Amino acid sequence: MGVIKVLIVDDHRLFRSGVRAELGDSIEVIGEAEDVESAVRAIAELQPDVVLLDVHMPGGGGQEVLRRVLGSGSQVRFLALSVSDAAEDVIGVIRGGARGYVTKTISGRELTDAIRRVAEGDAVFSPRLAGFVLDAFASTEAPPIDPELDSLTQREREVLRLIARGYAYKEIAKELFISVKTVETHVSSVLRKLQLSNRHELSRWATARRLV
Amino acid sequence: MADRQMPRGSVGEKPSPDAAPAALVDPVASAELGFPRLIRPVEGRLVAGVAQGAAAQLRLDPVVLRLAFVLLTVLDGVGGVVYAALWMFTPRAPHEGREPARDWSQVAAYAAIGLALMALSWLTGASTGGFGAWPIAVGGIGSLILWQQADPDRRQRWMDSTVGQARKNRVRTLAGLVLVVIGAIGFLAVNDELGKARPGVVFTLVVVGGVALIAAPWLAGLWKELQRERRERIRQEERAEFAAHVHDSVLHTLTLIQRNAHDSREVMRLARSQERELRNWLYQPKQDADASVAAAVRRVAAEEEDAHGVPIEVVCVGDCPLTPELSAVMHAARQAMVNAAKYSESSVISVYAEVEAKEVTIFIRDRGVGFDMSEVPEDRMGIRQSIIGRMERNGGSARVRTEPGEGTEVMLTMKLESS
Repeated sequence: MGVIKVLIVDDHRLFRSGVRAELGDSIEVIGEAEDVESAVRAIAELQPDVVLLDVHMPGGGGQEVLRRVLGSGSQVRFLALSVSDAAEDVIGVIRGGARGYVTKTISGRELTDAIRRVAEGDAVFSPRLAGFVLDAFASTEAPPIDPELDSLTQREREVLRLIARGYAYKEIAKELFISVKTVETHVSSVLRKLQLSNRHELSRWATARRLV
Repeated sequence: MADRQMPRGSVGEKPSPDAAPAALVDPVASAELGFPRLIRPVEGRLVAGVAQGAAAQLRLDPVVLRLAFVLLTVLDGVGGVVYAALWMFTPRAPHEGREPARDWSQVAAYAAIGLALMALSWLTGASTGGFGAWPIAVGGIGSLILWQQADPDRRQRWMDSTVGQARKNRVRTLAGLVLVVIGAIGFLAVNDELGKARPGVVFTLVVVGGVALIAAPWLAGLWKELQRERRERIRQEERAEFAAHVHDSVLHTLTLIQRNAHDSREVMRLARSQERELRNWLYQPKQDADASVAAAVRRVAAEEEDAHGVPIEVVCVGDCPLTPELSAVMHAARQAMVNAAKYSESSVISVYAEVEAKEVTIFIRDRGVGFDMSEVPEDRMGIRQSIIGRMERNGGSARVRTEPGEGTEVMLTMKLESS
């Protein structure tokens, strides 16, 4: 894969230029947007490979961008990038269609890595997101409606646990004696479950976590 | 009666010279001055808290003033007018949080008393005569005050057997009320008094309607103004609280960062600790760090991060109450974090705590230099005693995984007693 075209959507100018400076050579920032309207326009015009999407923005936030762009049938991939720790924000953008969630404290090298992963169609989970997902799927009060979608396999759980423990994909692969590609498959499968599961606990859990 | 009304009138009027500015001042603040200002408490009010406020002012039982208002209302509606006037001119006591619900059974009880008295006075013809009823009112209020001064225990007994029961059983109160009304109307009908009473009722309705019509726009305006002012005040208070928080924390830290700009480690530490504090304030529920595992892990990590200036990323899954055994796990976890921060040279430490149905597991991981377990001298207390020894003494286990150049991971496990 050649140079990845990235669009940065964030309402803080300082942050946009910071990200721009930190990204590696394999990534080309083709544009920036600062609110929902300009983001939707820029995505349609510039056709980026990956959109770095801030969760909190004027005019409806990242979820609104996801709804409007993915709703129109676009295949562009999103990586959510936020300072927010609130579970409903995190679960909200993932269920809205983002292929990953990383916090803004992530290092430039890790972010470059995450963008590459998303561009290749994989999912990217930060330790915190892995923790949220484990928490959300852990409650087993109600029987799952769709057993395939509503619960994690033992292997997926193991992978998520290692991500939560701060392991990189390569380290997880070594730990579980599987290939990095298999780790990515597991994570993508968890992402799919997270997005498609109708498990009502997911939303209830996020509501219960509505903390402020 | 006139002198009975005077003191209350003066109570309501007395602060009025300073009422205009005082309305903007916090009523509690002015109440702390020598002469307490008449306010309407929210807690325990029945209608608007006027009687309760006035009772506090006169050092009487609120029941006395409530009954007095009822009595006076029966008499040509004087009580109602006085009550409305006091309602309008008295500020409401500031109240935090949700307003408590009114005790409607008590309201119903007073209404029943009022209706019964009304029926009685109608029968005796006192209400039309006017003056004939004043002695009854004066006597009634007087005896109420006497009753208020009576032996509290006896009064309590009396209260328990009447109002107390009414409070317990709303249905019975309502049924009683309906019976009283039906009885009164029925009695009037049987005695052919209903026809005679009608002109009086119509006249009263016309007068009340007229007054309402004239005063309504003005009252509505006043009401709206009051509401607006109240909302504005709440908003300002919230804003002030927010500003105070930002000032105490964020601005303060930014100043410190500017002063320590040359020391990148200190700047990092300040920024991290401020970020954590703000995050907790925004997103975390108020948790007692002495009560729950997740809160305790977060606190320990925060303290060690502050002490050593190395970022510690915490992820918690599940939660449970903190037991003495789990407190020991916290101590071991703290020691593991200290080791990682001091010796690993790792730029970040990951802590993952998982609470499952049967056990609690905490992982402390760094990507630092690592070490060779077999080369750790026997007398080094950190790992052997503070981590492994402590866990084993408390019925748990600790596993250390490390290799030179590979970083270190400490895994602490404690079984939960199945309760």
